[in-house]
Amino acid sequence: MDTIMTEPRGRLQDLSPDGMAEADGVAVVRVERLVKRYGQGAQAFEAVRGISFAVRPGEVFGFLGPNGAGKTTTISILCTLLRPSAGSAFVAGYNVVRQPHQVRRSIGVIFQDPTLDNQLTAWENLAFHAFAYGVPRAEARQRGEALLRLLELWDRRDDQVKTFSGGMKRRLEIARGLLHQPQVLFLDEPTLGLDPQTRALIWGYLLDLRRSTGLTLFLTTHYMDEAEHCDRIAIIDHGQIVALDTPTGLKARVGGDVVTLRTEDNARAAEEIAARWPALHPSLADGELRLEVERGDQFVPELVRGISARIDAIQVHRPTLDDVFVKLTGRQIRDQEAGSVEQLRQRARLWGRR
Amino acid sequence: MPEAAKISVAVAPPQQRRALVELRGLYIIWYRDLLRWWRDRQRILPSLVQPLLYLFVFGVGLGASLAGPRTAGATASAGALGVSYTTFMYPGVLAMSVLFTSIFSAVSIVWDREFGFLKEIQVAPLSRVSVALGKTLGGSSVAVLQASLLLLVSPLVGVWFTPGTILAALGLLLLLAFTLSAIGVAVASRMKTMEGFQLIMNFVLLPLLFLSGAFFPLANLPLWLAVLTHLDPAAYAVDALRRVVLASAGVPPETLARLALTAPSGEPLPLGADVAVLLGFSLPALALAVRWFGRAE
Repeated sequence: MDTIMTEPRGRLQDLSPDGMAEADGVAVVRVERLVKRYGQGAQAFEAVRGISFAVRPGEVFGFLGPNGAGKTTTISILCTLLRPSAGSAFVAGYNVVRQPHQVRRSIGVIFQDPTLDNQLTAWENLAFHAFAYGVPRAEARQRGEALLRLLELWDRRDDQVKTFSGGMKRRLEIARGLLHQPQVLFLDEPTLGLDPQTRALIWGYLLDLRRSTGLTLFLTTHYMDEAEHCDRIAIIDHGQIVALDTPTGLKARVGGDVVTLRTEDNARAAEEIAARWPALHPSLADGELRLEVERGDQFVPELVRGISARIDAIQVHRPTLDDVFVKLTGRQIRDQEAGSVEQLRQRARLWGRR
Repeated sequence: MPEAAKISVAVAPPQQRRALVELRGLYIIWYRDLLRWWRDRQRILPSLVQPLLYLFVFGVGLGASLAGPRTAGATASAGALGVSYTTFMYPGVLAMSVLFTSIFSAVSIVWDREFGFLKEIQVAPLSRVSVALGKTLGGSSVAVLQASLLLLVSPLVGVWFTPGTILAALGLLLLLAFTLSAIGVAVASRMKTMEGFQLIMNFVLLPLLFLSGAFFPLANLPLWLAVLTHLDPAAYAVDALRRVVLASAGVPPETLARLALTAPSGEPLPLGADVAVLLGFSLPALALAVRWFGRAE
């Protein structure tokens, strides 16, 4: 156990936008002007276009962006599966190009699509991993049991993976990825294609593990709610980082809060608001008045005093990451159609259901 | 959360354990292939049907026509080969079984790619040598196990093995299986999809089989065909197996010499030369398998 996680959370928010200055030296992942080019000449395509960032130990760091933004390419370079075209990357202090062996030893990887052997049992999959990573037998048995119990798969350890649901496979992959005690766990779209309950469950496990072990989590996602679990988020679009900050910090860029209220007479309330606060432009939609104000929490008491119509409901909400992404890129991250492998996975899951 | 205490972040193991770690990695890759074979054991017997059909339908039928009309009293005529066709073909069928099983075991790499497991192997901190060697040994072990089941029918074709000849035959089968598995691993490492693999296999597998001498003696062939047969690693394995197996069937050395693969001088190749040539094929094939397996793009 170490003390990494007892460090005050505010510290992370003090980081400069790219996190380089403060995180330098202690960074568990450091990326400098990383470029990945595919193809040559006129057909060359830059999937990653000179990105730099640093991830602190114990941090949950997220790459948020639409499909094809360069998220998977970056994670593949960090996992030593792809060679960068330019720039450098260090994981756990090792160079991903020159010291791939040491890097692999220090990381756990959970890929977008399952990488389990469906013919083998859960326990056999763990055993394979333990041997491949040189985990001593007794240690592997003890830790494998602890992980399977934690992820609630212990009772299913002797069942073939092909009988598992998508969520169970993901949990097994998390257990396997942690078996050799990595410093960083890379997760590429960890909950893609899973139902909301399963996603919440998996995040519960991940955050528990982070809290208890000081593990660093590096994930890519295009789910906004998933990005909310991160300490810091890099928003990536067309191979470039367009913003890097805490979720709160990112949302602050949108500016202000959104207040919605429902009254017995919305039209009269709107008139009163416009008369009293000329700067606000209340808009009426779905039977609700929407206002954008600097500080919603301070404004609401004034608002309640300032209008005579009876208020049925009032709500203040912070801008969402959706709002941030739209503001920064002018587009929305949309859930794209599931790829062919994903469809195969879903079909396989239907078959595999008991 | 009491379990969490056991799931802490650890330091990397010392460097001197590296060799042992590689060996354990190689072992588990080999073991996984055997485990998958055994888990799929209901497919073992059906996979024996094809070689048995060749031996007892194709072999007996073609043998009957080669031997000419049956004469009273003779059960199996020796014919032009000087030995019954089924007996002649038996070592060829053993080699055929190894040929198909080795190559199709290598297909599992393409399946692993398709179903994702290959990535688990690729990000493991193992050298390519361990991975490719583990895969090659896994494929060859399964192939030899499969072929050894065919040794059980040897009395039906008039072959009576002794412990010594069984060991010799198994050794030769293993050598052939190793060479072909290495070729298979090398080819499969380059293949992205299943269709591509099957295409290559039609251009590799069947030529290797037909040129191996499994079905006809490689003596007195036209030059172009003789040259091609000498490029087929399986031909040397079939030749060596045939010596060992036919000797166990009581075939005289003069007959054996007539059926053997020949050196350019026209002399039959000695057994040692067959083994040397097989080794000569297997090591470059293994080097290629190591080179092509899981390199970073």
